[in-house]
Amino acid sequence: MAEQGTVFNIQRFSLHDGPGIRTTVFLKGCPLACAWCHNPEGMSFEPEVVIVGNRCIRCGECVEACPRDLPSGDGTGFAGNRADCTVCGTCVGVCPTEARQVVGHSMTVDEVLAEVLKDRVFYDESGGGVTFSGGEPLSQAGFLLAALDACKAEGIHTAVDTCGHAPRAALLSVAPLTDLFLYDIKATDDEVHRKYTGVSNQRILENLEALGREHGAIWLRVPVIPGVNDCTENFAVTGKLAASIPAVRRVSLLPYHPMGNGKRDNVGQPAGMSDLRSPSEVRLQELAAVVEDAGVLATIGA
Amino acid sequence: MNERTQRLRCGTLEAIPSISSERAELMTSFYGDELGKHSAPVMRALAFRHLCENKTLYLGDDELIVGERGPKPKSVPTFPELTCHSLEDLRILDSRPKTSYAVPEECLTVYEEEIVPFWRGRSLRDRIFAALPDEWHKAYEAGVFTEFMEQRAPGHTVLDDKIYSMGMLDFKRDIADALARLDYAADPEALDKREALRGMDIACDAVILFAERHAELAEWRAKTEKDGHRKAELLKIAETCRHVPANAPRDFQEALQYYWFCHLGVITELNGWDAFSPGHLDQHLLPFYEKGLEEGTLTEDSARELLEAFFVKFNNHTSPPKVGVTAAESGTYTDFANINLGGLLADGSDGSNAVSHILLDIVDEMHLLQPSSNIQLSRKSPEAFLRHALRVISKGYGFPSVFNADAVVEEQIRQGKSVEDARAGGCSGCVEVGAFGKEAYILTGYFNLVKILELTLHDGVDPRTGEQLGLQTGVPASFESFEQLFDAFLQQLRHFIDMKIRGNQVIERIYATEMPAPFLSVLIDDCIQNGKDYNAGGARYNNSFIQAVGIGSVTDSLAAIRSVVFDESSLTLRELVAALDQDFAKSEPLRQWLVNKTPKYGNDDDAADDLMVSVFEALFDMIDGRPTARGGAYRLEMLPTTSHVYFGSVTGAMPDGRKAGLPLSEGISPVQGTDRKGPTAVVKSAAKMDHIKTGGTLLNMKFTPSLLAGEEGLTSVAGLVRSYFKLDGHHMQFNVVSAETLREAQDDPASHRDLIVRVAGYSDYFCDLSVELQNEIIARTEHEGF
Repeated sequence: MAEQGTVFNIQRFSLHDGPGIRTTVFLKGCPLACAWCHNPEGMSFEPEVVIVGNRCIRCGECVEACPRDLPSGDGTGFAGNRADCTVCGTCVGVCPTEARQVVGHSMTVDEVLAEVLKDRVFYDESGGGVTFSGGEPLSQAGFLLAALDACKAEGIHTAVDTCGHAPRAALLSVAPLTDLFLYDIKATDDEVHRKYTGVSNQRILENLEALGREHGAIWLRVPVIPGVNDCTENFAVTGKLAASIPAVRRVSLLPYHPMGNGKRDNVGQPAGMSDLRSPSEVRLQELAAVVEDAGVLATIGA
Repeated sequence: MNERTQRLRCGTLEAIPSISSERAELMTSFYGDELGKHSAPVMRALAFRHLCENKTLYLGDDELIVGERGPKPKSVPTFPELTCHSLEDLRILDSRPKTSYAVPEECLTVYEEEIVPFWRGRSLRDRIFAALPDEWHKAYEAGVFTEFMEQRAPGHTVLDDKIYSMGMLDFKRDIADALARLDYAADPEALDKREALRGMDIACDAVILFAERHAELAEWRAKTEKDGHRKAELLKIAETCRHVPANAPRDFQEALQYYWFCHLGVITELNGWDAFSPGHLDQHLLPFYEKGLEEGTLTEDSARELLEAFFVKFNNHTSPPKVGVTAAESGTYTDFANINLGGLLADGSDGSNAVSHILLDIVDEMHLLQPSSNIQLSRKSPEAFLRHALRVISKGYGFPSVFNADAVVEEQIRQGKSVEDARAGGCSGCVEVGAFGKEAYILTGYFNLVKILELTLHDGVDPRTGEQLGLQTGVPASFESFEQLFDAFLQQLRHFIDMKIRGNQVIERIYATEMPAPFLSVLIDDCIQNGKDYNAGGARYNNSFIQAVGIGSVTDSLAAIRSVVFDESSLTLRELVAALDQDFAKSEPLRQWLVNKTPKYGNDDDAADDLMVSVFEALFDMIDGRPTARGGAYRLEMLPTTSHVYFGSVTGAMPDGRKAGLPLSEGISPVQGTDRKGPTAVVKSAAKMDHIKTGGTLLNMKFTPSLLAGEEGLTSVAGLVRSYFKLDGHHMQFNVVSAETLREAQDDPASHRDLIVRVAGYSDYFCDLSVELQNEIIARTEHEGF
């Protein structure tokens, strides 16, 4: 199949992206820029060289190999401008420790399908399947559609994890091939949404309404970010919203975890919200109860 | 757990393992008087009777199930007729920091004055070593293989349902019938058979006598007991011991007590590997449980109390310590008794029942080191049974482990057993498969696959000693293709497998003629009908296993060689071997490349997994079906217990990037830390091995507690297990402890004395493990859901 997509990870044994044991395919590139993003390597649409500093043994192989003399003297970082890197992969090829890796590979639908099919037995036994996530999978809508089509043809349960910020037509086009949507509502207050994600939530909320009319299975997902969206009001509104759309089966509260900070460093992004802590278990329970008060199932973690 | 059980549990946890010289003294005086007067089976049976007649009895204040092998809980007898501890051995046992045994001063004295002088040169170990060829000794000392039977007898078996419908008096009638059938004119073996059967008959009497002595003791105690309730219990114990094992049990308590006398008999007669096990205990007990409830003589609570008292008896029985003690080979107090839960009935229907669930609760509540437990999961096992077991597993004690009951049946049918016998079989020891009550399935020793590759890379010379141990199959520079190298590896492999088997034939023959086990023979079909001892091939089925170790490490090493030397030609084999010989001292980048950039088994990557399959299939062809000295067949198993640590310590740096002396991969698990694609990829890789051709494989998964938390966590792990079993995987075990907890325990052992972890086919106290093994367990990849 000719359709190509840019994939930055295929994660097997995913347990928190829908029911059962799943394989999550992460598509690269996202229209949002959430300050707390835990997959910062999925933000850019282009392949990137990442450097995992603590794996580096300072052997200097990359310094020797780089045709543009970009690595710093000990190879632990970039000396020159990171933007000058063409992601030719030479330094990654010679690095013995996998401290240097390319994140983001062009893959065909068949290649992705082959990876997904590897764990078919586990989907069958656990009620799992495939989840397309990102980045924002709908940003590569043509590829996503073709990949979903290929998975459905194999009888595999499909889920799409989306931020909802995508053309309506793209969203609705994948709906018939998607068994379950994991739909992010990061903040119900538009000002908060703009401040922390860079875009308005208006399109997201409208898309949700439209999807709710066309599709029968949606799980809303809310990242719980202390100090940003963890107020009772936000969850009360989210609960009400969920209750108003019959297709919404549950609201999942995803506690913030600081894992993304290290990864930001690897891709050369400035630290996000580095002083942020995970929300407490007590607070999560309180917020889940607020959602449940609206008459919708709330879960923590998935 | 009620107060009595709590006291019993505390008692067994606090008892200090010690050595008792009583058995050694009784055996020495008996052999001194009787040696040369009897045939071997009769001599052994009389020796067993002598022990049953004279050993010190123990009856604890709170006990409901009675009988100890030693004079008190965790007091361990020795077996000088098999292997005689030297004074130095005893002093090491007394003083070593881990898994020590208290040795009383009078024990040392009697060893010095009586035991050692009598048994030196007479013990079976001395005679076995004298009979084995020089090449065997060299390979053994180099760590190419170990040998189970050099100091422990071939036991390692499991009881079926026969004792629940037949008493020893019934067995005596069978023996008398077999004796009457002997045709001295037509059968040249008739005399041997007569002696074997006479031995079995004496053994039946001996164990009845042993029970009678307990009945007398309980009655005597009852006379002075002031507490009316305890007095009644003592009288019930006495009544029980009068009735079993002479007769078939009538109630739940008698059933447990009968098994326990059988257990004690087997582990007193000889020090067989993996003690003895009751097999499908839940299935065997169900009729007694139901009958008791119906008649009102038993409640669920009283059944639980009896089972808990029964569990304590197992935990009281610390394994007999080995001789020539080295830290590497002496890692545990456990004696590997293992209880099967669930599984299939002989007619093929689901075998789990109400008692299975009670036993799972008890495993959870008691979490004792012994007995170990496993569930036999079939396609027919209810989901509720699996989930109950997973909830216990999630507590992190490492048990129960989980077996594929359908594969266990198929493996046995492949070996030629009847389908009913296969279903009534199961697993014992770590992961080994057998037809319970009908098979002698004997472990012969671990086999170091990685050492074989090391020898191949050095033209048959062991680089540690410079000694020419193997064949001269060519120096590194002489291999022009990977296929040539692999062929040389297979030649060396065959050379040492043949050597191992030659040695084993000698050992099996010596056991068959010199060290029969008449009591065990009574319990295992068809020893009575055949008039032949368990150790001489009397059982219905006879298999001897070689346990291959390090399949992950050898696969990764071969894959690395193929990748860097033959595919990429980035260095020559000679250069690679030179780096290994220096333990990568000057070539850390190369080592990193080998670790990170070559194909690794455990990632569902055929570039490595195909080599695993090639090595496995070659091993299988070299071993499976070859005749044993007992008239059985050799079989292949893939399990290490703790030998991957010992084998690693005698094996130099390898092409997978492992440095010299570090542990090898364990079981069929990937090399520690190399499985980067998560548990499903590990399962897929491991399932590329044809498990049905083995007698057991061991796959270890280490999970953080969060993975098994909640119903959704259980669903995922249940799905993982069911998937592996759908692919014919044999066994999976779980370590559910965070690496953080383990590190805390290393730093502060005193507060973590009860921390039990899964080692390899069994669980052990983490703080009793060697530091190397502790580190190895921490290093095993900790899987989380993503």
